Amino acid sequence: MKKTLEVFRYNPEKDEKPYFQTYEVEVYEGMTLLDALNYIRWELDGTLTYRRSCRSAICGSCAMKINGKTYLACKTQIIRDIKSDHIKVEPLPGYEIIKDLVVDMDNFFDKLHRVKPYHITHTPPPEKERLQSPEEFHYINEAADCILCGACVSACPSAWAGKDYLGPAALLKAYKFCADSRDEGADERLAIVNDRNGVWRCHYTANCMDACPKDIKITDYIARLRNMLVQDKL
Amino acid sequence: MELEKTYHKYDVIIVGAGLAGERAALAAASSNLKTAVITKVYPTRSHSGGAQGGISAAIGNVDPEDSLEAHMWDTVKGSDFLGDQDAIELFVEEAIKTIYEYEHMGVPFSRLPNGKIAQRAFGGHTYRRACYSADKTGHVLLHTLYEQCVKHEVSFYNEFLVLSLMITDGQASGVVAWDLRNGGLHIFQTKAVLFATGGYGRAYKVTSNALSNTGDGLATVLEAGLPVEDLEFVQFHPTGYYRQGILVTEGARGEGGHLLNGEGERFMKKYAPEKMELAPRDLVSRSIWTEILEGRGIDGKDYVYIDLTHLGAEKIMERLPQIRDLAISFVGVDPIKEPIPIQPTAHYSMGGIPTNKRGEVVIDSQNTVMPGFYAAGEAACVSIHGANRLGTNSLQEASTFGRIAGNNMTEYARKTEFLPVDEEAVKRAEDKVRKLLENDGKTHHYHYKKELQETMYEKVWIFRNEKDLKEAASIVKSLEEDFMKNVKIDDKGMLFNLDLQEALEVHNLLTFSQIIIAGAINRKESRGAHYRTDFPKRDDVNWLKHTLAWRKEDGTIKFDYKPVVITKYQPTERKY
Ligand SMILES: Cc1cc2nc3c(=O)[nH]c(=O)nc-3n(C[C@H](O)[C@H](O)[C@H](O)COP(=O)(O)OP(=O)(O)OC[C@H]3O[C@@H](n4cnc5c(N)ncnc54)[C@H](O)[C@@H]3O)c2cc1C
Ligand code: SF4
Ligand code: FES
Repeated sequence: MKKTLEVFRYNPEKDEKPYFQTYEVEVYEGMTLLDALNYIRWELDGTLTYRRSCRSAICGSCAMKINGKTYLACKTQIIRDIKSDHIKVEPLPGYEIIKDLVVDMDNFFDKLHRVKPYHITHTPPPEKERLQSPEEFHYINEAADCILCGACVSACPSAWAGKDYLGPAALLKAYKFCADSRDEGADERLAIVNDRNGVWRCHYTANCMDACPKDIKITDYIARLRNMLVQDKL
Repeated sequence: MELEKTYHKYDVIIVGAGLAGERAALAAASSNLKTAVITKVYPTRSHSGGAQGGISAAIGNVDPEDSLEAHMWDTVKGSDFLGDQDAIELFVEEAIKTIYEYEHMGVPFSRLPNGKIAQRAFGGHTYRRACYSADKTGHVLLHTLYEQCVKHEVSFYNEFLVLSLMITDGQASGVVAWDLRNGGLHIFQTKAVLFATGGYGRAYKVTSNALSNTGDGLATVLEAGLPVEDLEFVQFHPTGYYRQGILVTEGARGEGGHLLNGEGERFMKKYAPEKMELAPRDLVSRSIWTEILEGRGIDGKDYVYIDLTHLGAEKIMERLPQIRDLAISFVGVDPIKEPIPIQPTAHYSMGGIPTNKRGEVVIDSQNTVMPGFYAAGEAACVSIHGANRLGTNSLQEASTFGRIAGNNMTEYARKTEFLPVDEEAVKRAEDKVRKLLENDGKTHHYHYKKELQETMYEKVWIFRNEKDLKEAASIVKSLEEDFMKNVKIDDKGMLFNLDLQEALEVHNLLTFSQIIIAGAINRKESRGAHYRTDFPKRDDVNWLKHTLAWRKEDGTIKFDYKPVVITKYQPTERKY
């Protein structure tokens, strides 16, 4: 069976403007969209450029827009998950394009770095581990699934509207640390996210959850961050 | 064509941002050295993040009987007695410190009801000593280290590809890298440099490794005239999804999965009647491959099944959700309803850049140190894994020796001055890039990679013999020769040139694969993961030694050997 891939192309070095290029790909049961892109790169056109590494949905490199929705290319079955025989592949929206499907993630990481995304403690550590109950671990476990793929930010209307909005991924990260029973830096972090470009900019449209390839309940966690702030004030 | 050059100076340079590289960077940066990490992918996209199972340490939270001796013995035995026992002894001790350190950095470990770090069983370990975080252990370790590096203001050069190692007056003095995003050469001068470039599964058609695992560090070191150690030892994991080799973790067998051949038979009963599916990795891989070779794969093809259906939906959903998710996403099979097609997959590189237990790179059989040069993680060979690595020991190795090497390089950098740029290394790097950008060859680099991967899969796989290996040697040699003359890249631009990157990586694969093959031809015995059908027994009289291999300028290979360090345990037969 063949499918047609219509792929976004743009090389600012030589193209005046972006265009779409069409490739025919023989598909098979089990083939992922990343396999198809690799096939194009390796057998048809070595200039097609995208990011990829793990090809097992854990490195976060390959988020892109596939027939209008955000997916990880490596986690998308080309026959089962994409019903249509015509597949439109575009870069993750909302980011500057570097080339073809490669977008500039610097801003995404900069925002992440802004929320003090590291464990903060003031009391000296014990000789062995700090104790934490399975329930306490459970509070942070799902938030720790994030692979920093950037899909959530790309899907978020608040992020489109406000360039300075910290965005779902950074807020999720802030939550993960604030909710960790061992961490002592919640105040410092909450002070950062307590801003109109922080938690208050989220309108719970929940597009981010839809886009997240790890199915993380991001807006729930943003709501919990807000609760922490509200409780703090009482 | 003139390539733009940019110069940098850092006290220490670390190549690679997996666990080993980041841990080393943290050591240097927290001592206030000006530290840079160069990595070809964003740090959190490094392959360490793919590890699911766990990280070993005899902290005895679940099995209080566990001890340093037990961890050491398991590792020595697992290595088929090729591991260096002084390094292993240090490793098991420091491993404990590493775990508590990680915990203090905020790693979210799974917990026991009493609040301590949970531990689970893993093949080859006598006690439950794998600390874990659900089924994403490598991921949380990698992210935590990255966060710590951010906190300590490590400078990251992301999406930079290191092309050559600078050596000035016999001392490592820096690296030359290609800026993928913008094009251009960057020359990094430093007082101490550490390679933590990871594994090389991509030499094989079927592998559990990421696309970026192309063994660049090994090729770079060989090109600089330095040796590599024990490359013939490649670990094949028994269960990779059919075709691609993405890993089905050991947990699938641990929870009671059955291996079935094309006749629906639970064939492990012929090979390991007691342990069945839970026999060690090398043995299970050989058993699967024997079934396939003897025509009992599924439909006579090169795969078998791992069947979980009898476990029932509930247990699969509760215990193996990730495996189910991956099976559905990557091979389109729901393990609740159908067995999963699997085949052994190239998984881990036991060999690498030779180091001593301080993480210093050594360059001959006398263990002479090259000043200023360090290596750690899968790219290095200390050697704690010898001929076969135990699961969960490598995340630990990367972390522990990353720290040790990082501390030692910090100390070294403090009392060292910058050295002049090694112009020859700059020229080597420049030539590589220019040749590809300017060459009007006719064969796309993918052709060479594909041929190489097929050859390694056909002839340098689980069962090896002299005839196949010699054929492989001559095929890969001519592939490299042809590559040098006829290779072509489609993309000649400066901007994010993935085509160029891949071509450079393919050449690296071609370079060190010849060492894997030559080492396998030489080693006329079977030990751990290296199995020779024409020499099926371990031979301690002649082969209880490490291979060191150099690549000479004309491409021929020179060998030397160094003794295994044996302190506590004399070699005995390895029985499970
Ligand atoms: C699927 C899978 C599951 C595993 N599960 C486990 C497990 O449960 N427990 C366990 O102990 N081990 C496991 N392992 C093994 C373990 O994950 C690896 O051995 C370990 O993570 C290696 O870490 P590292 O830091 O040495 O290298 P990596 O994490 O591979 O990092 C290599 C780094 O080097 C950089 N790099 C490489 N070449 C260049 C270059 N030319 N220029 C610039 N940068 C470069 C890369 O960008 C990357 O940052 C698993 C392996 C696989 C494949
Ligand atoms: S929260 Fe989900 S969508 Fe957002 S970066 Fe993390 S994994 Fe990607
Ligand atoms: S390639 Fe790593 S997430 Fe897709």
